[in-house]
Amino acid sequence: MSAAPVLELEGVSKVYREQPPVHALHGVTFSVQRGELVAIVGPSGSGKSTLLHVMGTLEQPTDGVIRINGVEASRLDDRALSLLRAREIGFVFQQFFLAEHATVRENVADGLLYAGVPAAVRYMRADEALERVGLADRATFKPTRISGGERQRVAIARALVGRPAIVLADEPTGNLDSTTGASIMGLIHELNADGATIVMITHDAGLADQLPRRIRMLDGRVS
Amino acid sequence: MSAENGRLPMRDALQVATVGLRARPLRAALSALGIAIGTAAIVGVLGLSASSQAGLLAEIDRLGTNLLTVEAGQRLAGGDAELPLEAPARITHLDHVQQLAHTGLMKDRKVYRNSMIPKGNSGGLEVRATSLNLLPVLNTGVAHGSWLNEGTARLPVAVLGSVAADRLGMDRVRADQRIWLGDQWFNVAGILKPTPLEPDIDSSALVGYPAAQQYLGYVSLVRGEEQAGPPSSIYVRTATGEEAAVQSLLARTANPEAPTEVNVSQPSDVLTARAAAAGAFDSLFLGLGVVALIVGAVGVANIMIISVLERRSEIGLRRALGATQGQIRTQFLAESILLAVIGGVVGVLAGVAATAVYASVKGWAVVIPVEAWSGGIASALVIGAFAGLVPAVRASRLPPTAALRTV
Repeated sequence: MSAAPVLELEGVSKVYREQPPVHALHGVTFSVQRGELVAIVGPSGSGKSTLLHVMGTLEQPTDGVIRINGVEASRLDDRALSLLRAREIGFVFQQFFLAEHATVRENVADGLLYAGVPAAVRYMRADEALERVGLADRATFKPTRISGGERQRVAIARALVGRPAIVLADEPTGNLDSTTGASIMGLIHELNADGATIVMITHDAGLADQLPRRIRMLDGRVS
Repeated sequence: MSAENGRLPMRDALQVATVGLRARPLRAALSALGIAIGTAAIVGVLGLSASSQAGLLAEIDRLGTNLLTVEAGQRLAGGDAELPLEAPARITHLDHVQQLAHTGLMKDRKVYRNSMIPKGNSGGLEVRATSLNLLPVLNTGVAHGSWLNEGTARLPVAVLGSVAADRLGMDRVRADQRIWLGDQWFNVAGILKPTPLEPDIDSSALVGYPAAQQYLGYVSLVRGEEQAGPPSSIYVRTATGEEAAVQSLLARTANPEAPTEVNVSQPSDVLTARAAAAGAFDSLFLGLGVVALIVGAVGVANIMIISVLERRSEIGLRRALGATQGQIRTQFLAESILLAVIGGVVGVLAGVAATAVYASVKGWAVVIPVEAWSGGIASALVIGAFAGLVPAVRASRLPPTAALRTV
């Protein structure tokens, strides 16, 4: 079990049935081991977003196999897939997607809402996760009252709160200025050093070069 | 931790269902308002009609339903019949008759404010001779001044019914108060309270039988002797529960020779009918309430559809966080139901408040039929479920990736 990769893709293809059909992914094969920090890098239109959605089980591949912690995702129904996402996958988005009427702590605790965790435990873990991203003192703030970099830290805390097997980050610095982006990258390195498995998608080759492993995408293929 | 993730715990589900309401409270309030207005109208209409009915029934209860009235009817050959002079005495001997009073209508006598009023302007008022125990039998009383007694019954003294006093321009009784009654002056001794059981008394000037005989020529000949009378209306109080038994005997007892020329009635029947009419709610307002409810439902459906469109990214995020399609559907359906039920509860409270204010002004008991408030809340619930169904299903079917795509 411990030897099994956290994430495995075997010959994954995705075709969008439009006119004409769009081949977003062509036979993508790679795997991510526990504790890795991987960049998936490519220009826009190279299929990285589709790849992220397929890895995150938000979209089923047309062909090929995805395993998360050894579980084959394409065989699961909506309920089982949802539970898999709730327990094993953490998402970080470019636009943060925080609920503005709720506090920072509530936003982070929501990361465990659908994992079947009692409310008291959710809030306790949220405080721990906020501590990890250095925002313990912002717990009672509303997202509208904190800076963009802090918002992304909140989103990262929300992704980490359930201690998922893998964190998928989609251009996490895309909406931030370079200084703030650099500090978010510093945080990602720190979290990885603490043991988190992180796959980060970026179009920025310079950013990708900072990471230990890079998977380059072009026209839906790993190049 | 179990693998079961079909449903959120109640508290979490409720919290998730209120996300939209908390994020946009004004919008939620406005869309609930339509349903509130509809429910308030329906509850108000039902509550008001029930309360007014309760008011009338309470009045009937107070006045008693054991009063029967015997009146002279029509002759078989045409023309007005008369009751025999001795009818009251005979009725007294019937079983279960507890009290009896009578009045004699003098058709050709009219009452005026003073002698200068033209004869035609009688104002629809009547002149009656009365037995002295009329008030307790009719369950009414004196509003101003005093009732007739053995002495004043022999003098040109009258007591006015409430309507008669009003038409003659009197709202109180002064010592020298006089009215022009049957071509002579009568003093006014008192004014009666309204008599709901016998509205005829309200528009009458009442004098004693001896006075009627002496001053107004109201006599009949019995074996060559003049006696005051005959009575035209006899009021009978029976033992409670024996009304029907007594009623069946009254016509024959009052006039054994011509029982068909006697009308017997139960005055409380009229009030009971009025109470039934008051209980029949105003269908126009009820219809308006239903229309308001429908408009409210359309409003809620509209808001929910807009809400699903606006909250695509929230839906996508929740799916990414592990929400199932069913949980998304439940969230939006619950939100819609919650919105409608809040409107329904506010509407019920407003309807109850309106009923309470109006009923207490009218002096009625406040009656809110159970069907009114429970129906109001139940219909709000159904409306919420109905209005939220399509948007909720749409939300749950939104592909998570489409929902996460940037605006």
